[in-house]
Order: sequence, then C-alpha cells, then structure tokens
Amino acid sequence: MWWDKKYESFRAEIREFAEKTIRPIAERMVEEGTFDISLLPLLHERGLLSMILPKKYGGAEFDTLEYTIGVEEVSRVCGSTGITLAACNSLGIFPILAFGTEGQKEKYLRPVGERGALIAFGLTEPNAGSDAGGTKTTAVLKGDKWILNGSKCFITNPSISDFVVATARTDNKGDSHDISSFIVDKSFPGFSVGKKEDKLGLRGSDTAMLHFEDAEVPQENLLGKVGEGFKQFMITLDGGRISIGAMALGLGQGAYDLAAEYADTHPKIGKPLAYSQATAFKLADMATRLEAARHLVYTSAVLKDRKQPFSKQSAMAKLDASEVGRFCGYEAIGIMGLDGYDARYQVERIWRDVKLCEIGEGTSEIQRLVISRALAKERQARRSSSGG
Amino acid sequence: MDFELNEDQQMMKDAAREFAEKRLFPNAAKYDEEERLPAELFAELAELGYMGMLVPEKYGGMELDPISYACIIEEFSRACAGLGTTLSVHSSLICGTIAECGSEALKEKYLPRLAGGEVGSYCVTEPGAGSDAGSLRTTAVADGDSYIINGEKVFVTSADYSKIYLVFCLTEPELESHGISLFLVERDTPGFEVGAKEKKLGIRCSDTRSISFSDARIPAGQMIGEKNGGFKIALSRLDHGRLGVAAQALGIAEAALAEAVKYSKERKQFNRPICEFQAIAFKLADMRTRIDAARWLTYRAFSLASERRRYSRTAAEAKLFASETANWVANEAVQIHGGYGYMKEYPVERYFRDARITEIYEGTSEVQRIVISRAVLREDK
Repeated sequence: MWWDKKYESFRAEIREFAEKTIRPIAERMVEEGTFDISLLPLLHERGLLSMILPKKYGGAEFDTLEYTIGVEEVSRVCGSTGITLAACNSLGIFPILAFGTEGQKEKYLRPVGERGALIAFGLTEPNAGSDAGGTKTTAVLKGDKWILNGSKCFITNPSISDFVVATARTDNKGDSHDISSFIVDKSFPGFSVGKKEDKLGLRGSDTAMLHFEDAEVPQENLLGKVGEGFKQFMITLDGGRISIGAMALGLGQGAYDLAAEYADTHPKIGKPLAYSQATAFKLADMATRLEAARHLVYTSAVLKDRKQPFSKQSAMAKLDASEVGRFCGYEAIGIMGLDGYDARYQVERIWRDVKLCEIGEGTSEIQRLVISRALAKERQARRSSSGG
Repeated sequence: MDFELNEDQQMMKDAAREFAEKRLFPNAAKYDEEERLPAELFAELAELGYMGMLVPEKYGGMELDPISYACIIEEFSRACAGLGTTLSVHSSLICGTIAECGSEALKEKYLPRLAGGEVGSYCVTEPGAGSDAGSLRTTAVADGDSYIINGEKVFVTSADYSKIYLVFCLTEPELESHGISLFLVERDTPGFEVGAKEKKLGIRCSDTRSISFSDARIPAGQMIGEKNGGFKIALSRLDHGRLGVAAQALGIAEAALAEAVKYSKERKQFNRPICEFQAIAFKLADMRTRIDAARWLTYRAFSLASERRRYSRTAAEAKLFASETANWVANEAVQIHGGYGYMKEYPVERYFRDARITEIYEGTSEVQRIVISRAVLREDK
C-alpha cells in the first residue's frame, strides 16, 4: 500500500529530484512559454520519460502506483513538466505497448527506453473533443500506404516528440468500428506540426496542432486492426485519467504547501495568519480533500496493477482530484491575498495549471458520463442476477 | 419598490455599453497581453466625462448619482476589467475622497485635473501591512511649512499612469492607526519614485507597482482633512470602494455568461449544440440565477447610498457575494468552453483570471465576513 516504505522512499527521491532539478527551471520555462529541452536528458536519466515502459525495452518499469507518485511529485513543482510526463507515458507509450506488435514495440518503444524519445497522442480535433468518435481525419489505403488527411488540435508534446499515435476514420458505418490508429513518424511525408497554442496555464508544456496532408503512413504502422481505434483510445484514456488525477493532486499539494508556508510566516495583527480560524480551517479543508482524492487516485492505480476493472474508479479519481486541485489553488491564492495575485509568488501559476485537469483527457462532464453509465450497468447487472 | 433604472440612469448605462462595445471589447485582449492601457484612452474617457464621474459639476465633473456610476463601472468592466479597476480607484478613492474631505484649495487644484484626464493613485498598502491598516511605516515628519515623507507603498494601482498620488502616512507614530494623515503627492516631487511593474494573474492592463519616498518634501497644504484624521477618512470611503468592486464583479460575470451562452449554442458535439445537454443548460440556469441575486444585492446597496442611508453591511454583502459569484460563473464559463476555454483565443480565460482579484482587493472576503458578522451580531439594520 502507498504508505509502505517502498513508496514513501520513492516519493522522497522524486520530490528531491523535482526540487533540485526542475524547480529552478520551471519559473523561467513558463515565462518563456516553451518547454526547456535541456530538461529532457535529466528526466530520461531518472527514468521519468519511460515510467510505464518495461525494462525489456529499456524502460524504468515503475508500477502504476510509482508512476502516479512520480507524476504527482513532479507536478507539485511544475505542472508543465508534469503533463509532459503524463502524456508521453500514458498517451504515448501505452497505446503501442498495449496494442502494438512486437516489431512495432521494438521499433518505436526501444528509442524511448534507450534515448528518451517521446511519443505524442493525436486524438482531439477541432470538431471532435468530448465527442472523440466524431473524428474527421481520414485514412485510405492506397497500395502499401495509408494516406491520411486532416488536422488535430490541443496535442501535447508534438514538437519534442519523434512519433505520434494518431486516430483516423477508416470507415463510415456510423458505429464504433469506424476509427483506426496509426503510428506516425514525424518524418513521414505530408505530416507537420502546426500552430502552437497560447494557453491559460501549463505554458511550459508544448501544445500544438498536427496536420496530415496526404501524409504517407506505411501499412505496417496500423496499430492493431482496422476499426479498433475507438476501443483502443477508450482504454488508453482510462489509464490516462489516473495520471491527470495524479497531476491534479501534485498541483493541489503544491498550492497547499505554498499557502501554509505563507500563513506560518506572515503576521497579521501580530500573530501568524495561520492562527486565524478562517485560514486554519481553509488549510484543514484543503488537506482533507487532497487526502480523500489521493485515496481515489491511488486505489485506481492499484486496481490497474492487479488487472482488476478500474475504469469507473479512475473516472471518479480524475473528476474528484481535478476539482480538489482547483479548490486548493483557488483558496491558496486567497490565503496569500494580494501576494497570491502576484506572479512572483508562483501560486497563481498553480491555479492556472490545474484548471486543465478538469478539461483535458475527458472533461469533468465526460467523467460524470462515464461514471453514471458504469453505475447504471452495475445496477442493471444486479437486477438481472437477482431475477428482475 | 422600484427595481427599474430611471431614464437618466438607463441612458448612462446604454452610452457606457456603446462605448464599451466600440472601444473596449475589440481591444481588451490586446490590453491584457501588453499589460497596458494606452494614454489616448484616458483622453477619450475624459472627453466623454468618464474621468469625472464622481467629481462635482462645479469642478468640471459629471457628479453622477451612485446608481449611474455603478452602471458605468459594470459596463466597462464587462468589456475590460482592468479599466474597471483603474477607473473605480480613480473615481471612488481619489476623486471621491478629495471631494468629500479635501480643503477648497485642494479641490480647486486637483478635481479639475482629475476630471480632465489625469489619473489618480491610492497608496496605502506596504510590504508589511495588507489587511491591517494599523501597521503602516511610511512617515510624514513636519518641517516648517512642509512635510518630509519616507517609506514604501506596494500594489499601487495606476502607479505609472498617474501624476497624482493619495498617500497614507504616519504623522504621529505613537498613536499608530490614530496617527495617520493623507497627503496628495505630485509625480515630479524630488525623492518620489515609481518602481517596476508587477506581473499579475489578471487585470493585467491595470498598472500595479511599488512607489517609494526618500526624503520627499511636500507643502503642508497637501494634507487632506485633519492631521491624524486619515484612518477615519479611509473608513468613510471603504463602503463606496467596495461597491465599485461589486459592480466590476457583476460586469465580469455577465461577460462570462454571455460567452458561455453563445458558445454552447454554436458548439456541436454528438450531433447537437451542447446547450441541449441538461448538464450544460443547468449550468447556464445557475449562472443566470446567481448573477441576478448578486445584481439586486449590489444595486440595493447603491440605492441605499443614493438615499444617503447607512449601507456598510449591505456594501460588504454585495462585495462578498458579487465577487464569489463572478469567480464561480467564470469557472463554469471556462468549463463550458472545454479545451477552447483554456486557449487565449477565447476571452473566457481572461474573465477567469480577472474575476479572482475581486475577492481579494478592497478588503478580502474574510474582511467582508468580519464586517457582516459584526453587524449581524449588533443586530444592525
């Protein structure tokens, strides 16, 4: 369990790494609005770019709980680096690891393990957000190549990635078998990374559009079978939710830590602010809600590792942790008052960063949809088994 | 109980909205990005009378009633909250204080300038003293027919736009909060310096800096009101300042709701506009309801002010509730926009950032709760 020594020492290690290596770069990185690529070799060395990748391919092979704690501790210091790691692991490595052939894994995952290459995930489109099944990018087989046409938006890490797993429409039956996934090497003709997005937060995270203009993808780069794309990305997102929940936890904890430190060291009418009941109770609420969300997120990770169903749990975890993260960021600014509104105190950045957790990889509304459907199914199953 | 604006007030509101739509909406994103309001804007505002909203007609102002003033602050803030901040500090805290408490000489000297387009700044907060006005360190020491000022002020709104600064100084340190006096300082006073711009989460086009005084000598006639009467003057202006924030918060909330409604009608997912999903529709319902509640609470407070009745508790309630509402609504507006709500192409992320200040300045929500709870326990009206 997560309070075991194994995980406690792991957390302490990653926290120290984050404080020493990432924190000094974080502030400047978000000010400049680009990911600092000098971080990549340092992250790779620590195994953070390949946390879920088996050692067989040169990966760090952390279990899901370690991965969760890793994303959490990095996000506590820098949300932009946190999401970079969550995306390259859960959205980049995972689809190929779960659905790829051995040949594809060797070709595309080994570079991740060996030299810290990144893989991006190209799902979202201007007209396919919550309705990811509304994919309009097309893929047509011509000879031994798939020809892709269309655009993706809000994609994380494309400028610093070597490969992209992208979805495209291969049929139009109107059912869940219309979409397929492809492994795209950025050097394939017809592929380009487009306009960089100007965001509210996570400004050190690389977010951009992708364009496929008669892009040529070799036949052998189809991931799994034709028509399996929808099912694949649903499974991918189930796991991705845990990492975004972890990110939210880390950001929320970072906000709490800053606010508590401020309250302990800033006097208000003679006594530290933390003595005022309103402030003390706010800190109590922040810590309580973080603790509860942590249990939801960590339990999802444990269920996944035990190969038990975890989709509903991970949706609950992302839903709750993201809302708690935003609550903590918001209240932390309030505790710090005018200083909280000033960029130099770093806390306002956390609030801007954590807001994304309620939106990316399935909005909170979509999480509620997933949870409500899972619950309805459970209730239906109970009714059927008890004979109506 | 008449909840309608009278004809003049409606005209003021409509004119302000027209100016906002034409001049402010198209530029607000740029002002936010550049963290600057252009000098020409202040000249335009002055020409239309908006720099003298709370200056008596006798000194070249519009001498507006509180409700007309509220409407204008709301309409401007709806387009550009940073301008709302700049104008309400200028009007309520500077013009209002001088008009209510200044000598005839000071009124004649400064009110026409302020109404004519010179911006004013209010300088209270110091590095060690935020919510606690009693722990000031900036001093003003009498020296012949002058005072010598030493100290530092932080979070000064419009520090670089202004030429006129209203500064809180300790004239008798032993008396602490009862030894504070107010002075009007001109920008070109030797020993007075304006510092570097603070980078803020929101209201970025409102200029925020520190200022410092190093043996700055000013004539004794620059004192507003009585010596050591500064705290009382500040308290008397608090309620009005709070209401300005409430009006600003309403404006931000209305802007956020309008964008959310528009987007939810245009955005189609799962083959229908997302406003057809109950979860989204109900968010819009809650947003509208809460804004309306905030609106009537705020305008009730302005109405009491119009009638020169006591309105401290109501002003605090309005500031508290309107600012919380603006934040809640702005968050929902971003959420309704999904991924696009996180992008700077759309205005909602700016409303999200701007709203946050309304719960903090001119008395945090905690301070408002202290005011309200004391009034409740006193069983005040």
